[in-house]
Amino acid sequence: MAQQVFAYIIHKNGVVDDTALEMITAAGKLNTDASVIALVAGSGSELDGVCKDVASSFAEVWKIDDEALAYINAEVIRAMLTRILPEDGIVLIPHEHFGMDLAPGLSVKLDAAYLADAIDFEGIEDGKLKAVREEYLGQVSTHVLCDISKGAVITVRPGSFKADESKSAGGNIVDKTAEAMEGGLAGDVRRFLEIVAAEVGDVDITKSDVLVSVGRGIEDEDNLEMVFDLAEAMGADVSCSRPIVDAKWLEKSRQVGTSGQTVKPKVYMALGISGAFQHLGGIKGAPFIVAINKNPKAPIFQAADVGIVDDILDFIPELTDKINEIKS
Amino acid sequence: MEILVCVKRVPDTAENEIEVNRDGTDIERDDLVYSVNEWDNYAVEEAIQIRDKVGGSITVVTVGDKEDEEVVRREMAMGADNGILLSDDAFNGSDGKGIAAALKAAVEKGNYDLILTGAQADDGAGQVGGILAAMLGWPYASLVNLLEVIDDKKIKVGREIAGGNQEMNEIDLPCVLSIQTGINEPRYVGIRGIRKVASVDIPVHTADDLGVAKDTVGESGARIKRLDYFVPDPGEGAEILEGSTDEIIDKLLELLKAKGGIK
Repeated sequence: MAQQVFAYIIHKNGVVDDTALEMITAAGKLNTDASVIALVAGSGSELDGVCKDVASSFAEVWKIDDEALAYINAEVIRAMLTRILPEDGIVLIPHEHFGMDLAPGLSVKLDAAYLADAIDFEGIEDGKLKAVREEYLGQVSTHVLCDISKGAVITVRPGSFKADESKSAGGNIVDKTAEAMEGGLAGDVRRFLEIVAAEVGDVDITKSDVLVSVGRGIEDEDNLEMVFDLAEAMGADVSCSRPIVDAKWLEKSRQVGTSGQTVKPKVYMALGISGAFQHLGGIKGAPFIVAINKNPKAPIFQAADVGIVDDILDFIPELTDKINEIKS
Repeated sequence: MEILVCVKRVPDTAENEIEVNRDGTDIERDDLVYSVNEWDNYAVEEAIQIRDKVGGSITVVTVGDKEDEEVVRREMAMGADNGILLSDDAFNGSDGKGIAAALKAAVEKGNYDLILTGAQADDGAGQVGGILAAMLGWPYASLVNLLEVIDDKKIKVGREIAGGNQEMNEIDLPCVLSIQTGINEPRYVGIRGIRKVASVDIPVHTADDLGVAKDTVGESGARIKRLDYFVPDPGEGAEILEGSTDEIIDKLLELLKAKGGIK
């Protein structure tokens, strides 16, 4: 018998996350015989709406409905999932901030293999799944063999599988709450307090048409001046990648990426940015991307439309001078 | 507070271009510069700040061989009190669970209140902290970018979630946390600091010392095995502008104007 495949559905404010439909495609690449069961947890009428939505794309939906899941705490839901999932199941979970909280520990509780951040599946042979991952911030890829014969928890990188929009399932919604709650609520060792909203900065980069975005290649805080000079000459706003915020050189509100802002400019200049998937995940709306980086193998050149292999510290001032020259 | 920080020695991606070797069995290791995993430095810095505030001691641990000892020493130069090296041929080829199994045994030999790991390392999996917590039966929080000690029973942690927002939680001790970059500013370690700890004894524990069953670690225990390294087909990729800097700038400006990039 085929192993059952599950997909954990992320949703927020009643809206199903894009990763839900991506996991149908991912699951299809695992095992074409098995239908996929969606795991949906939450509470109340919001959850009902989400389940209905999900059921149009999944053959079956397992619902867990409890007040304690109004804001989902990985410790609580992990204990519940451990009670309802079969031992040899294959569980797909998006590799994002919630999945990273839930998944590693879930694999231990289910005594299943753990495969993190898969970006592609290349088939199963003799109970072993061949999958593709990336290492060294995307500089190299690897094939890994994952023994899924006794079950597996697999986190799947958001955006790496195409969304299955067919909505062809019309699935059943099965209430699993009673089974998930058997023995009472567990996981109160960690208690959710509140969400602290991101600070609003002096520039709202989510509204910018043109962004000059700077990364680690700028090397020194003092060099940021040349980036602002270029942005001024272009009539653009300055954004950045994570290392610049970590170094406290620019405020968090200027950070582009999954943990920062999602931007939708027309033109995006990536200066000294390597192009980690977390950064690229924050760029939407298919802008015209120009990448300038001294490392010709930087992953940013795969995402960019136009690339220039040069040291930004040399290139930026020359570009700024030329723009100012033309303008005057 | 007794704090254990799990660290890893990795090729420094800021200093190296990582390339695949000729037959795809490994990355090109010649001339690689190694350093402590960037995330781990933030974890050690956070541990130092906690210890300096509430007292206690910090132990740094890594799983590896003699060469990996240098990162333990470096973190001791930074301010950690003790170092441990978990080293055994039986650990070779471990997957995340194998590494966590070795660490779990080391945790159980101590009396720790708090275990910190980096949020991820060179393989990008971000798995060891969460696996270790579940093996110990301790609570876990990932991607921690704020940490406040409430009392000796609980702490408050902020987690980095989407959109620059932060999820605040209270979590009981003992617990395991994975630390995200940006939580603090790791202190600089000078040559003098390194010299000071150059001859400090770092105990080595083998699988037998730890009481780790050898079939739970290493290649025999691993359910994940790396087959090869490769560089994916670059596909379309960017059109690389070539020529003199002036020529490149002219081409670039033409494109930027056409796309509305210059106002």
